[in-house]
Amino acid sequence: MFESQERLITMDGVCKTFGAVQALGSIDLEILTGQVLGIVGHNGAGKSTLISILAGTQRPSQGNLKFETAASVLPGYGVNQAQANGIRCVFQELSLCPNLTVAENARILHPAIKGVGWKARARALISNKLQEIFPGHGIDPDALVGDLSIAKRQMVEIARAFTKVDSPIRLVILDEPTSSLDAVIARQLLEHVRNFVDQGGACILISHLLEEILQTSHRVVVMRDGGIVEDREASAFTRTNLVEAMGSVAKEQDGTQRTSDIRQSGEQVLVSLQPKGQSDGHRLLAYRGEIVGLAGLGGHGQTDALLDVYRNKGCTGPALREESVPMALVPGDRQVDGVFPLWSIAMNIVIGSMRQLTRGGLIDPKAEAQLAADWKRKIAIRTPDVNNNILSLSGGNQQKALFARALASNAEIILMDDPMRGVDIGTKQEVYEMIREEVGLGRTFVWYTTEMDELAHCDHIYVFRNGTIVADLAGAEVTEQKVLHASFEDQSKSHSSAKAPAS
Amino acid sequence: MTALLTKRIRTVSEKPWIWAFLGAFLVWLATILFTGGTGAGEILSAALAFATFSVIVGIGQMYVITLGPGNVDLSIPATMTFAGAVSMKIMDSQDVMILPGLVIALICGLLVGIFNYGLIRALRIPPIIATLSSSFLVQSCAIAYGRGIKIKPPELLADFTTTKIAGFPILAFCVVLLAVVMSVVLHRTVFGRSVHAIGQNARAAELAGVKVDIIRLATYVQSAVLAGLCGYLLSGFSGGASLNMGAEYLLASIAVVVIGGTSVAGGFANLPGIWGAALFMFLLVTMLNTFGLSAGIRLLLTGVIIVGVITLAGGRRE
Repeated sequence: MFESQERLITMDGVCKTFGAVQALGSIDLEILTGQVLGIVGHNGAGKSTLISILAGTQRPSQGNLKFETAASVLPGYGVNQAQANGIRCVFQELSLCPNLTVAENARILHPAIKGVGWKARARALISNKLQEIFPGHGIDPDALVGDLSIAKRQMVEIARAFTKVDSPIRLVILDEPTSSLDAVIARQLLEHVRNFVDQGGACILISHLLEEILQTSHRVVVMRDGGIVEDREASAFTRTNLVEAMGSVAKEQDGTQRTSDIRQSGEQVLVSLQPKGQSDGHRLLAYRGEIVGLAGLGGHGQTDALLDVYRNKGCTGPALREESVPMALVPGDRQVDGVFPLWSIAMNIVIGSMRQLTRGGLIDPKAEAQLAADWKRKIAIRTPDVNNNILSLSGGNQQKALFARALASNAEIILMDDPMRGVDIGTKQEVYEMIREEVGLGRTFVWYTTEMDELAHCDHIYVFRNGTIVADLAGAEVTEQKVLHASFEDQSKSHSSAKAPAS
Repeated sequence: MTALLTKRIRTVSEKPWIWAFLGAFLVWLATILFTGGTGAGEILSAALAFATFSVIVGIGQMYVITLGPGNVDLSIPATMTFAGAVSMKIMDSQDVMILPGLVIALICGLLVGIFNYGLIRALRIPPIIATLSSSFLVQSCAIAYGRGIKIKPPELLADFTTTKIAGFPILAFCVVLLAVVMSVVLHRTVFGRSVHAIGQNARAAELAGVKVDIIRLATYVQSAVLAGLCGYLLSGFSGGASLNMGAEYLLASIAVVVIGGTSVAGGFANLPGIWGAALFMFLLVTMLNTFGLSAGIRLLLTGVIIVGVITLAGGRRE
């Protein structure tokens, strides 16, 4: 580790209020060089507000930011000053322009790249950095950002934050950087972060994956209700006391594997999909009342499989032919696939159930308000009023609203596209519980996840690679090794496709 | 909770449309101040009569624009002409044919709407190009059918479209009712909500269970059917169909939507503003004529004032 840890930024009594809502109450925090500072806390604890103030995108209502490199810089501190002071930020809601290429997006951050040949230089800059952080990333610098999967967008956003042209990089802020990345890529990133601070940089890491925080950070700050409740060396924390400090009871993963004899009991097959390019006739099956997991590295066709099921393409199961089973989808990429930005939280929830709430052709406003209020309570959406705009919620709470949309509907099959991005551990436990209850009531879940822990909740798992199913594991036989093995290795013992291209 | 919700909807929707009515009122006030109070009622009565037609097509256009960026129906004028010409010919000035004539006019709109969306969906042509090119085809059909042009409307229809009770046109009253119904449809039905959802994020709408294709088809068909209705009524109002009867409604249908406070970017619509904007547009022209300004100055001021109102209405909505 870098020896001399110096103070880089001091936050002194920083407050932030949005109208009547206090997002941050008097924060005192020192950010040191040569250190990874982990920040944990529930959705809406104020983490994102804190870093927006550091990044200069929001002004604090009160308090001071002091830079060691400059005198006190407030008021008038903004994005430009943050840049000049060497602060780089990777936001949870990715900030790339979807209509520009990867290289063009890199140029936006660096006004110094100009004149003839700027594009070539920008291309080289971002390619080299991607190669350095994520070897074998497979991202074309001339690809439009809007055409990339969310995982690749996140990789570009991260690599861009680490590129250097003329302005210094002193502090890199990573807000949920691994939420869309699979385990292998996430490990590459965290390794890079450690290297970066070893050379004297500072880093702030926000994550709901506590293992990641504990393994990567030197120091951990716990936030709750807009304040800092703990600020200690990372070695002083364990998973359990970290969860306690965040204010929720530590529930150990109850490993009670659901004894899955659903497949033997002759239940109805609700989903039967043959992925495009699957040459061995292997199918994705989901029986009524089952939780089916889709695993594998990120972006290997799991989302496409979910969308094909949703749009009823390639589903030739007997059940689907006879009757169309109502389905709902919980998107993971909430900005692109989920949220209606002009609407209130309530309307965002209700859109999944409009038809059930219609009386005599009109949507019943009473029933509508009732449904929204019920789900605000059930899934604990942190808002004073469900009629507030959806964007007033923190990212994790927006995700809860999307869960509520799907669960409130009459869908019998619920498809989930890595839906826990940016959701805190307490909420996750609640949602897992809810999923189990819903399964008990006869609902069926098809669940794509990039988190290994979540596979433990599934009855049956399909591992995807290059758009095809390469392994098919019953719940009891799932281990991390098996899944990783199948994700990489062609010769997995269950259902390997001999014609799958070597990677 | 319900009270809160309705109050909220009211406060959100109040701001954009208030500007159109305010503008209409001020322009009217300026006019009667200039004339010293003479003709105040007549001007208002005429404004109601003429605004009615902009409102009918404006409603259809509003739904289309709310579908999101790039969605606009440019075939409205041609559809009006076509429906007007065909229905006049079918009715042949006979009162008994009034209802069949109406049905024919609506069917003309229905066919144009289906054709428009066919071009947009099946051939993947952007809506601006698709509706513009289909408007040439439809206009050509109207010309080919042009023998209907000189035919007078049935007397009963002409009476219905021009009769006023105490200065208030019956037709305007009917269209106020139509606006109320369409406003309820916009905010309280699955169809209206779906249109809003598609306009904000079409992909998210599809994944939330909205039948995107059917809703878009229905929206384009609705716009064309309303254009057909407008062509039918306008033919009755102005003593028969003519080949350029729709011309001024291309811009008018879009302008009343935008001035009325509906978002050009889609996903946010309001109906009362269309009435305010239609009155405003008519009263503005009346005011400039009353002032006796030259044609050049009139056009200049029209442009400047419209930009001003749009800025005011748009600036308040965030």
